[in-house]
Amino acid sequence: MTPMVDTFAVILIFLLLTSQMRSPEPANVDMPFSISETPIPDVNSMTFLISNDSKVYFNVDNGPDTTLKFRRKILEEMGKAYNIEFTDKELTLFEKYPSPIGLPIQNMKDFLNANSAERKNMETGIPIDSADNQLSMWILYARQVNPNVRATIKGDSETEIPAVQKVLNILQEKNVNRFNLVTSLEAVKINLDEIQK
Amino acid sequence: MAEIIQAEKGGKGGKKRAKKLLPHMDMTPMVDLMMLLITFFMLTTSLSKSKVMEMILPPKLKDPNAEPPKIIASRTLNILLGPENKIYWYTGGVSPDEYNNLPPVRETDYSAEGIRALLLERNRALFRKINDFEQQVLEGKIKIPRDSVQSAISKLKTDDDTGPIVLIKAYKKANYGNFVDILDEMNICGIARYTIMDIAFYENTMVEKAAGITPSTASTN
Repeated sequence: MTPMVDTFAVILIFLLLTSQMRSPEPANVDMPFSISETPIPDVNSMTFLISNDSKVYFNVDNGPDTTLKFRRKILEEMGKAYNIEFTDKELTLFEKYPSPIGLPIQNMKDFLNANSAERKNMETGIPIDSADNQLSMWILYARQVNPNVRATIKGDSETEIPAVQKVLNILQEKNVNRFNLVTSLEAVKINLDEIQK
Repeated sequence: MAEIIQAEKGGKGGKKRAKKLLPHMDMTPMVDLMMLLITFFMLTTSLSKSKVMEMILPPKLKDPNAEPPKIIASRTLNILLGPENKIYWYTGGVSPDEYNNLPPVRETDYSAEGIRALLLERNRALFRKINDFEQQVLEGKIKIPRDSVQSAISKLKTDDDTGPIVLIKAYKKANYGNFVDILDEMNICGIARYTIMDIAFYENTMVEKAAGITPSTASTN
């Protein structure tokens, strides 16, 4: 029995040290593959999650320092722009919320006060049409609060391209021209002799 | 735990033999607990971090009357991402008087024999240059600091004047996976010059004609 316990202890410690918690995502995303080996940045990134039903979700991190509390400031700015007063409790809830959010800012108050089961039904995607382009506002304030923020796009491989292009266009209107596309690693080896024929 | 029971038994029965047994602990609950913890960690955490691929787009032209940059038609390779994981491609440009008589497009796919072979064939000179350079660095023939290898390769790419200029355009029925795939092929084949563009109306027609989509049904979708 002892060797078995030892093995389990080793596996357990290994998992504890090497893995990181996976934050739950509002939509299931099946990432495309690429040969890129650059790891995804931990801080200073705003993530645009585009699900395969073309809904857009937005996420931003709190910044490299725990005292910065960027998310809190961004929501405050958004509240000011849309005349919504967020209480201190709601701001803290948003600051700690780990997943991307995808809903109109008008529903944000109810969303933050709801429980997790109710929250699921409220995520309808961030409005991105030109009449009410809330995504562009999120980008504006995210960049105002944290000027070092980089755009990361996480799309499902089945998402139709117009949805992605819309998000890219909105970003380009805000002068964001560098993007990180999230992919899974896939090794590719090219045989030189093969191409010489 | 087990030991104590043994000791009590020994006290009651008065048998000295029981005391000599090696003390051993019941590990089963501990193993159960550990398996539970391992299962929990395996399900809630992810081992590998996701990777990112960098993409830089040219800034949008603010002035609507500004002339787009001119490129050499003979080096231009237009890649149209079509529906159902198909790629349509043609070379050169389309001048306005050709709109009624559009050049034919060739069909290929995302496999190694498809688009990769096409790109490598056109980009052979640069690809070999980069490959030779990397080989020589590995063998120690070129003494170069580890961190300047990438910038040396990008120097090779900027100096290149024979490889294709690839214009990537996505038809509305293409998906995001296709888009990432084609950018990935650019990196694999070491294409120096490529960009992503909005698809032109005549290219829409070209894809629809080649894929057998009637424009009327395509517009309702």
